[in-house]
Amino acid sequence: MSTRLGRRGFMEAAAAFSAGMSANLWMAPPARAASAMGFDDARHLLARTSFGVTPAEIRALESIDYPVAVDRLLDSPRRVAISSAPAWVGQGPAELRRRERAAEAQRKQAADGKQSDAVRPVQEQGRELKNWWVAEMIATDQPLVERMTLFWHGHFTSSLMKVRYPASLFRQNALFRREALGNYATLLKSVARDPAMLIYLDGMRSVARQPNENFARELLELFTLGEGHYSEADVRAAARSFTGWSVDRESGQFMERAGQHDDGEKTFLGKTGRFNGDDILEILLSHPRTAETIVEKLWREFVSLKADPAEVARLAALFRESGYEMKPLMRALLLSPAFRDPANRGTLIKSPVDLIVGTVHVLGLPVPEKTGLVRMLQGLGQTPFDPPNVKGWAGGVNWISTYTLLLRQQFLRRMIEATTVAPMEGGMQMASRPNRRADRREQLPPVDGGGMQMMEPPRPVEGRSLRNAGEEVRLGSTLAGADGNLLLRTLLPRQPIDGVNANGTAGAIVASALLDTTYQLK
Amino acid sequence: MGRTLLLVELKGGNDGLNTLVPYADPKYRELRPAIGVPRERVVQLDERVGLHEKLLPLMESWKAGDLAILQGVGYPYPNRSHFRSIEIWDTASAASQTLSEGWVAQAFNGTPRAKGIGVDCVVADTNALPSTGPSLRTIVMQDAENFLDQAGAIGAGSGMSDDGNPALAHLLAVRNEINAAAAGLRDRLRAAPAPAEAYGQEFLLGRQLDLATRLLAAKVPVVAIKVALGGFDTHANQAPTHERLLSFLATNLAILRRNLIAAGRWQEVVVATYSEFGRRARQNASAGTDHGTSAPHFVLGGRVKGGLHGVYPSLTDLQDSDLLHTVDFRSVFATLARGCWGQSCDFGLRQPQRLDLLV
Repeated sequence: MSTRLGRRGFMEAAAAFSAGMSANLWMAPPARAASAMGFDDARHLLARTSFGVTPAEIRALESIDYPVAVDRLLDSPRRVAISSAPAWVGQGPAELRRRERAAEAQRKQAADGKQSDAVRPVQEQGRELKNWWVAEMIATDQPLVERMTLFWHGHFTSSLMKVRYPASLFRQNALFRREALGNYATLLKSVARDPAMLIYLDGMRSVARQPNENFARELLELFTLGEGHYSEADVRAAARSFTGWSVDRESGQFMERAGQHDDGEKTFLGKTGRFNGDDILEILLSHPRTAETIVEKLWREFVSLKADPAEVARLAALFRESGYEMKPLMRALLLSPAFRDPANRGTLIKSPVDLIVGTVHVLGLPVPEKTGLVRMLQGLGQTPFDPPNVKGWAGGVNWISTYTLLLRQQFLRRMIEATTVAPMEGGMQMASRPNRRADRREQLPPVDGGGMQMMEPPRPVEGRSLRNAGEEVRLGSTLAGADGNLLLRTLLPRQPIDGVNANGTAGAIVASALLDTTYQLK
Repeated sequence: MGRTLLLVELKGGNDGLNTLVPYADPKYRELRPAIGVPRERVVQLDERVGLHEKLLPLMESWKAGDLAILQGVGYPYPNRSHFRSIEIWDTASAASQTLSEGWVAQAFNGTPRAKGIGVDCVVADTNALPSTGPSLRTIVMQDAENFLDQAGAIGAGSGMSDDGNPALAHLLAVRNEINAAAAGLRDRLRAAPAPAEAYGQEFLLGRQLDLATRLLAAKVPVVAIKVALGGFDTHANQAPTHERLLSFLATNLAILRRNLIAAGRWQEVVVATYSEFGRRARQNASAGTDHGTSAPHFVLGGRVKGGLHGVYPSLTDLQDSDLLHTVDFRSVFATLARGCWGQSCDFGLRQPQRLDLLV
């Protein structure tokens, strides 16, 4: 079967679908020239390493050699975001506290039951920070870097809700981004000194007289070894070793308070010495479980729901031998037989970020205001900078509950009902809304499913439904011109199960593909 | 069938000291010079404590003997972060432990539920953690019609093949769950009478209680329903906000009680409030209160033993300026699990306290 059927070929295939017959557009393609990976490999690689896949992106890959494409993905990762940083990222916590108090005073002055409009800086900066990252995920030319940044954020969790100092979360994000495809050992050492982490897991409060075990415990349980590979005594010894690592209250930068460090002898994982934090990290990096923990997690993120222990062992050994370099590991993972196995296509569930950022990308939607998208992410359970707890997002099948599945469908229906592109000849232009303040007030209630009416949909260019717009419907430039077969095979990782409207227009086909249950898969 | 538990989450951390006021304690005046509730605005329950006057509507239930007030509910090594502490409550974990299953779900582990109407818990606010877990089927819905419409739009996933793909199998299973719940609820909900007395509209809690009343009146056999009232995080200028919330809470719980009595369902329901923490004993410089620890909570129902339960925490023996708890919330949950559903579960407590709350 050729990768792009003509119109007639598609109609036949689609008719077979609707008749419930077995014609399967997703069948393994016949062998082809060794140097070209072909449509399906290209689509799969993109689906797992970027946010949403367009026909043009597949076209750019399908004719090249698979290992070459993987190398290209990893070649020169962007280490700094494209989008310019919010203005306040240099602010220290002392300055933020002063502004917070000023806003508070202003609110009180308003008094008389009237709510003041004074914006609380922590809330406002937090909102801007979330919007900033979503904007970056949509704008980036290297979605794999965003994916990895998000991966590290879910691994080394810190949340705005506890930290309440947005600039520190921005800097932590910059660290994850810098080392997204860099070096895990470097990242681990930097995270242990990261101010947001020191606040989030109480490291800054941990002093010789009263060591706080929070960071030490999570370091062993979640960041490196995993449960069952250490004892409570190891947690205590590690906690003592990190005492004195703190945050400067004025500048918000890392600082060592030597006087607060417990420099006594400790026994950690069978080794004894007057350890400090760096010694503990070195011991953890020399432990084989550390590499396995990371590889297992990457497997579930990129390959399939269930890791293959033999492959994990192989990749973990490679990871350690490389000195924890991420590129060789990711290269080996993406080239692994399991990753390329057709049986593993469409076997991961899209995260809320996949679903939302990916759909915006695929439909080529302009979304000037990101707040609505962030709110939807929150409703679906993946608010950037606010992971649910120290374990990060459980992911996998946990993304889908009765509640989130209905909310996902609702989000997609909103995208479909408002997605056609305005005709060039001066179609209705949605009024822009310069009044950001009003916008802000509208978001006050947190996403509240019932209140789907509270959720502001991503701004349509024109409010005409993809489904009902008829033949003249125009898809965004990302999908325009693709025939029905190509649309289906681009949008869905496997055969649809809800039946595709075979006689529909391009718009109707896109609509039914987005609402098909298999669209939740990648 | 057991009793249905109606959980009322007070989001933000309710100030227990201004809810059940230790009006006779001079230390209370000292800790709360600006925001303490004056004696004449306290509805005295005994010679030491009384309810904030805004809670007056609850006195109907108190006088009928079906309002229990649990004093000093909390847990050791209290966490003062909203999100972490509510997670500790919702999962009935120790402060040092991170669990992912909710306590209601844990209570039913190992006890398969009958297929019945396809839903075990209805969450009318947005936090479904208490009932999250493999043992229970939870539906989150703020509005019954909206839920039924959406369920209709997604259609049944039955009979579709997952081709051995576990992710697709999960998606189809969830679809079937939605459809089973919608099928079980559709006719009952549409036939359910509107509550005899309407709820307030000022907060979402009113709408949530309306849904809860319909579910209960329609005898939908769920083990738990959850609602919530937000806004209790009163760091500054606390009094007006807190009073508005207490007033709304009491008025609407009183309406709930009358509606369920009218529907003949009050005997089958236990209403219980909870919150992530109480607030700091001493007021702060902004006429508000910061995050604290233990607090009193309400349990109401036709078969609840009314009265004051437990011991009010001392105002002089504080830990880090906060009230020490006198009863562990997990003992309360263990009591509710046994009394409502006949489930034995001690939530990891070595010696759960047996509370004499339910008839």
